[in-house]
Amino acid sequence: MISLSHYLVLGAILFSLSVAGIFLNRKNMIVLLMSIELMLLSVNMNFIAFSHFLGDTAGQVFVFFILTVAAAEAAIGLAILVVLFRNRRTINVGDLDALKG
Amino acid sequence: MNFAIPDMAPALPEMFVLGMACLVLLVDLFVSDRGRGATYVLSQATLVGALFLTLGGTPEPVVTFSGTFVRDALSDVLKAFIYGVVFFVFLYSRDYLRDRGIYRGEFFVLGLFGVLGMMILVSAHSLLTVYLGLELLSLSLYAMVAMQRDSVLASESAMKYFVLGALASGMLLYGMSMLYGVTGTLDIAELSRAIAGVEDRTVASFGLVFLIIGVAFKLGAVPFHMWVPDVYHGAATSVTLYLGTAPKIAAFGMLMRLLVDGLGSMQADWGPILVILAVLSMAIGNVVAIAQTNLKRMLAYSTISHVGFLLLGVLTGTPDGYSASLFYVLVYAVMGLGAFGMILLLARAGFEADRLEDFKGLNERSPWFAFMMLVVMFSMAGVPPFLGFWAKLYVLLEAVRADLVWLAVAAVVFSVIGAFYYLRVVKLMYFDQPAEPVPLQAGADMRVMLSANALVVLALGIWPGSLFALCEAVF
Repeated sequence: MISLSHYLVLGAILFSLSVAGIFLNRKNMIVLLMSIELMLLSVNMNFIAFSHFLGDTAGQVFVFFILTVAAAEAAIGLAILVVLFRNRRTINVGDLDALKG
Repeated sequence: MNFAIPDMAPALPEMFVLGMACLVLLVDLFVSDRGRGATYVLSQATLVGALFLTLGGTPEPVVTFSGTFVRDALSDVLKAFIYGVVFFVFLYSRDYLRDRGIYRGEFFVLGLFGVLGMMILVSAHSLLTVYLGLELLSLSLYAMVAMQRDSVLASESAMKYFVLGALASGMLLYGMSMLYGVTGTLDIAELSRAIAGVEDRTVASFGLVFLIIGVAFKLGAVPFHMWVPDVYHGAATSVTLYLGTAPKIAAFGMLMRLLVDGLGSMQADWGPILVILAVLSMAIGNVVAIAQTNLKRMLAYSTISHVGFLLLGVLTGTPDGYSASLFYVLVYAVMGLGAFGMILLLARAGFEADRLEDFKGLNERSPWFAFMMLVVMFSMAGVPPFLGFWAKLYVLLEAVRADLVWLAVAAVVFSVIGAFYYLRVVKLMYFDQPAEPVPLQAGADMRVMLSANALVVLALGIWPGSLFALCEAVF
């Protein structure tokens, strides 16, 4: 039988992976955007697990909103990425060093 | 299954702003570049109209839309100031945007959607509405920062802002999911009741930490401040003006809704966390600002230190502390408008005026505006009797009343250190020679309103009672 804690541990692992992906990745900006998506999905996992085990639907409604907002967020993130690539001709994270101090 | 139509009246200002933002979007499609004034006038009319709708509401608190939306004294005061601040932002930005070829409808439409996001955020009565308001605000801000498409700095700062902002949203959501798991509700009032009855607070504290990290990112408190200087520096100055003022008011509203309305019974848990954030913000903000040569970057670090002061009032956990913090954030927004407005005043086509040396000898070029900048800088430094002094005094008094004398002493020491870089600007304006003694080129409306802005700082500094009474009446 899969219990609530299994879901929560899975959610926590996915969340940690995505945070590690954001901080450790020095190469590709696309991987950063993927990590952000993974982070939102791990939160969805938490909400659905709680919602199921509490017998309350509010958490599932929240998940629908998160999915929608994540789509809008990905659209804006990719748009900024395109603008950045046009200006810099690179999407390497380490090259983003024009602003310092 | 029955469905009752919710009471729409409390959300009238939100619906008005949403409708008008869509209208501005449509109108802007059909006007030429020369007729862009129509977009501008409609946007300003939206803000004025929303102000009347907000002030015309009933005085007692109303909760509507199945408990997801609240209209009370706090939301009304915050919204009224958000409209006012954004009105000034649009006004100051016009010439600057025109000189740079980005005087387009997008700026005003995104600005209005950002206002809508802030309104929802300060009126949120459910974790879901907090999240949606925050995202509407953040997504508008990301796009506004990236709006100067051909600028390397703007696109880089937009990317940094986007990644860290999304990370902050993720943290906030993770915290919310934990709180939902503990209490089984998203409604902030029910959450507050449920949390008070929970015996084992381990999971709730776990969620609380993530929640605070998310809010601290949005406020720009140390150690979650990395994005602030880069974004303030890289964005077009008019966008910096927007994102440095009004969203701080909204972030204060979010802090109040989540920590005070929702988790007030956990004050013993979040108080010490905010103490650490406040001390670090005041220390790093004030010390690192000294090393800056770019005025926008310097003001970014100054913002970080002001956020530290703002947290001083909240962390006491008393209604008097909250009203002192509310006073602080409103005062900060007015001062920030003045400071970034001065950069916009000095900027012209092909010249940003965002370096410290661009302010050299301003007294010879325009004694009046040099004096206005002096008022704003003295106020930010906290020199009596300017407005910023009273703001600092009230939060310090509340910290002392909460038996946090060491914290108040540390705050005073850091603000004395901070006075150095504000006074350096005054020294550059009055005692150095201008590099190129050309007169200012700004339009008449900009001159009048910027003078009014600085005179408000001066006048409220002499009579702070009315604004403070307003803040006290809220809590």
